[in-house]
Amino acid sequence: MTVFNLAIELAYWQQTVIRSVLALVAVLLPAGTLVYLYLFKMMSFMQSRLGPMEAGPYGSLQLLAEVGKFLQKEDLYPRAADRVVFKAAPFVVLASTFLLVLVLPAGPDAWFINIDTGVFLALAVSSISVIGILMAGWGSASKYSLIGGLRAAGQLVAYELPLVLAVMGVVIQAGTLNVQEIVLAQANGEIFGWGGIGNPFLITQFLGFIIFLVAVQAELTQPPFDMPVAESEIVTGYLTEYTGMRFLLFFIGEFATAGIFSALAATFFLGGWYFPGLDPTDNLFNLLGPVVLIGKMLLVSFLIFWFRFTYPRFREDQLQQLAWKVLVPLSLLNIVATGVLKVIF
Amino acid sequence: MSSPDTTEEELVDESIEPQEELVIDEERNVLISSLEKDLGDDLVDSHVVPGVDAWIRVTQESWLETAKVLFEKNEMIFFNFLSAIDWKPSPFGREMDAAIDADSSDEVVDESEMEWGVTGGQNRFQLLARVHNPSTNIGIHLKTDLEGEYPEVETWIPVYPGANWHEREVMEMFGISFTNHPNLVNLYLPSEFEGHPLRKDFPLLSRRAKPWPGIVDVELMPGEDDDESEDTGEET
Amino acid sequence: MNLEASTQQLSYIANQASDARVNIELETEGMTLNLGPQHPATHGTLRIIVRLDGEQVISAEPVMGYMHRGYEKLSEVRTYPQVTTLVNRIDWLGSFANEVPFILAAERLMEVEAPPRAQWIRTALFELSRIANVVLFLGDMAVQLGATTPVFYAFRDREFVLNQIESVTGGRFHPNFDRIGGIKDDLPKGWIQETKDVLARIHSFCDEMQDLVVGNEIFQTRTRGIGIIPADVGLSYGLSGANIRSSGVDWDLRRDGGVGLIHDQLDWKVWTHPDGDSFARYWVRLQEVRESCKMVDQILDGIPSGPIMAKVPRIIKVPAGEAYVETENPLGIMGYYIVSKGDLVPYRVKIRSASFNNVSITPWVLKGVYVPDVISILASLYFILGDIDR
Repeated sequence: MTVFNLAIELAYWQQTVIRSVLALVAVLLPAGTLVYLYLFKMMSFMQSRLGPMEAGPYGSLQLLAEVGKFLQKEDLYPRAADRVVFKAAPFVVLASTFLLVLVLPAGPDAWFINIDTGVFLALAVSSISVIGILMAGWGSASKYSLIGGLRAAGQLVAYELPLVLAVMGVVIQAGTLNVQEIVLAQANGEIFGWGGIGNPFLITQFLGFIIFLVAVQAELTQPPFDMPVAESEIVTGYLTEYTGMRFLLFFIGEFATAGIFSALAATFFLGGWYFPGLDPTDNLFNLLGPVVLIGKMLLVSFLIFWFRFTYPRFREDQLQQLAWKVLVPLSLLNIVATGVLKVIF
Repeated sequence: MSSPDTTEEELVDESIEPQEELVIDEERNVLISSLEKDLGDDLVDSHVVPGVDAWIRVTQESWLETAKVLFEKNEMIFFNFLSAIDWKPSPFGREMDAAIDADSSDEVVDESEMEWGVTGGQNRFQLLARVHNPSTNIGIHLKTDLEGEYPEVETWIPVYPGANWHEREVMEMFGISFTNHPNLVNLYLPSEFEGHPLRKDFPLLSRRAKPWPGIVDVELMPGEDDDESEDTGEET
Repeated sequence: MNLEASTQQLSYIANQASDARVNIELETEGMTLNLGPQHPATHGTLRIIVRLDGEQVISAEPVMGYMHRGYEKLSEVRTYPQVTTLVNRIDWLGSFANEVPFILAAERLMEVEAPPRAQWIRTALFELSRIANVVLFLGDMAVQLGATTPVFYAFRDREFVLNQIESVTGGRFHPNFDRIGGIKDDLPKGWIQETKDVLARIHSFCDEMQDLVVGNEIFQTRTRGIGIIPADVGLSYGLSGANIRSSGVDWDLRRDGGVGLIHDQLDWKVWTHPDGDSFARYWVRLQEVRESCKMVDQILDGIPSGPIMAKVPRIIKVPAGEAYVETENPLGIMGYYIVSKGDLVPYRVKIRSASFNNVSITPWVLKGVYVPDVISILASLYFILGDIDR
């Protein structure tokens, strides 16, 4: 199968090139969109200011200016730093992002990989970023970075569990670990016999959706869970010593991951690339699907960023309490309920 | 007590309504007399500006004891500040018309020329502190004369923990050390700093580098014009 | 000096010994973390050496002096009117309030009293500078806890207050407007109505902060029960202002002090909070901004007419004597002890600034808390570096 069901047959290397380019787009496009739309503009409006206005109409070229600025900067590293670890860390974080995007289907035939353990893969590769952050924290040879790295590790490990457990409900209901089939299960589902909008799992798995969003917020180290980069306490944690290109890589990684997690949430709970009223096998979805998916992604990430700009941050121990005492029991409850209802209906 | 400003201070209160004055005056006098009873001979002098403020001067040995008495018996539980005054006349010219400080640091200042303020004094350095009673809203200033060029006095920390930083500041600025202070190191100045800046014989370097503009920037009062002000300026 | 060297040595040895003891007890190696002097959470250049066990603070020692300007020494070579220029820079967010106690102390020595109109305008500006100062705190405390939005609202609305201060005094930050015997100028035309509009904005800002910060569950979990200062400890450290009122001490010099401002002629209330934690300090300050708005509103309605300057000599010579005047400034009690020898310049000026005492409690209050709470407690104590270092 090809990425798009084109009239011409493509050789394997051609397909690979197209997929590589599209993967790059799939990582950079959400990152750029989110940074401009939410971080620059929505945040500014929420804080009653205009945000960037000079570069391009409404500051739309600000992003390019920022990237240009970072590219010009010198690539500094602390003298005491573990150089190899320090330099490799941003690439490890970004690798996790790139691997994560692979499982996302954007249409009936528009996918990067289509495997039966897609959900499992997604949740597994998302943990790789912990290693990158720990590397950054340790390799910087700075106490702020070390504290930040350790906080990040503790936090990401703690919130991995509710994240996985929240998705478990979806998996049980769909009866598959294949992401594409989860989308199809929602598209073909019926709500008490009415199949007008399919059956987005948001309705049946609402608790799971909330837990998933909270856990994603923590995975992304965004407020209220931004202790690893708390700028008022530990400056910016593991990012303290990074400059220029490497900082930019972390930055892209953060926002691309935000986009991809939102897209995952959209896929698991909002029906993914499917738009109600159309036939999910329609070839049109290979073109419409990515647009629908991005639209749903923006919807979910709006929530994520809204929380980000509103809430103060927790303390590390309060965050762990929230994870272990509230989210994990709730998600286990959700699984049990889903399993029981699945058997009954 | 016999200093000339006493009379001037008292003049101030006459402008205040006499009724109010009497009441508050009473409270402060009671305070002073109870302190006289508790401290005995250690209370050297006292001064009350009715309705405004109170001062006492105690001996150096009873400095900590006085704090205890004030804290325990008079409920002066609010620590306000602790500082010091150097009464030695400055060897540097401070006249308005002096372009810069006249360098007369080798000139020996006659210590007998020293004039003390409220409650008098006998030595060059005086500690000055203020404690307050928030419930009656009466505060009292304490003074004590310190012996010698680098005096030592007992720390107030056992009674008022807040005195810690104030004593460190006094130490570095005046060279007065406090016995039993747990951490008597410089607060503001770098540890290798030499000298004690708030002593009167410590020269102010910025005045030496650039002459002081002096009186030229005295501004006009509303309703006065330039000519008049120049006249007055020359007269003074 | 020999003495200093030996005390330093002793304290070093004592530190080493205490470290060794802690390490044996817990079998972990403590870590020394240096917060500052260039740290985003310190409003300037305060440095705090924190000894950590994990994220728990074993001991915290503030190091100051990066900004010490020696105002007490400099005041000794300035004439009285020139000193106000210096003291303006002590608490730079509410600078007009810094001038007031100094001028009042000089007036007490000179036995002059400002005419009523000057006193009313003085009080209005005094309260406006409190609003400008504390409004920034209300936003800043939230940003120290990680919420980015409130501080922008604070800067937005503080700007209007600064505009009003500027249109009277000509200076946004350093008005230098107070004079011995009165004030420099009268109010500009239309100022009263404009100020009323600004006060309405500040009221709605307070409501916003009530919803956005005080009502926020995360803010409450982060601040309630954190950094509790009992009233007796606070008083013996000399804590003042909202910091001591949030420990339940009902003491406000505006009501109790009775110096030459006209707060006693206004209808307002002193707010206290029994808890003494970070939340209480935030809450009390929020209420105080509201009270200040109420006060300014009443002042605007009731400013008497008349002169703004008393009769004072052309060249100000202050008679010999000593006077201490303290007022309830935005950060707490600020006082000036002036020793005059009848000269053009003060003989000695002791500046009692609020933040110096407020911050001196940090080694006590920071013991045993977590690193994030270090920031929230410091933020809630609300200091300004110029007010510590003078």
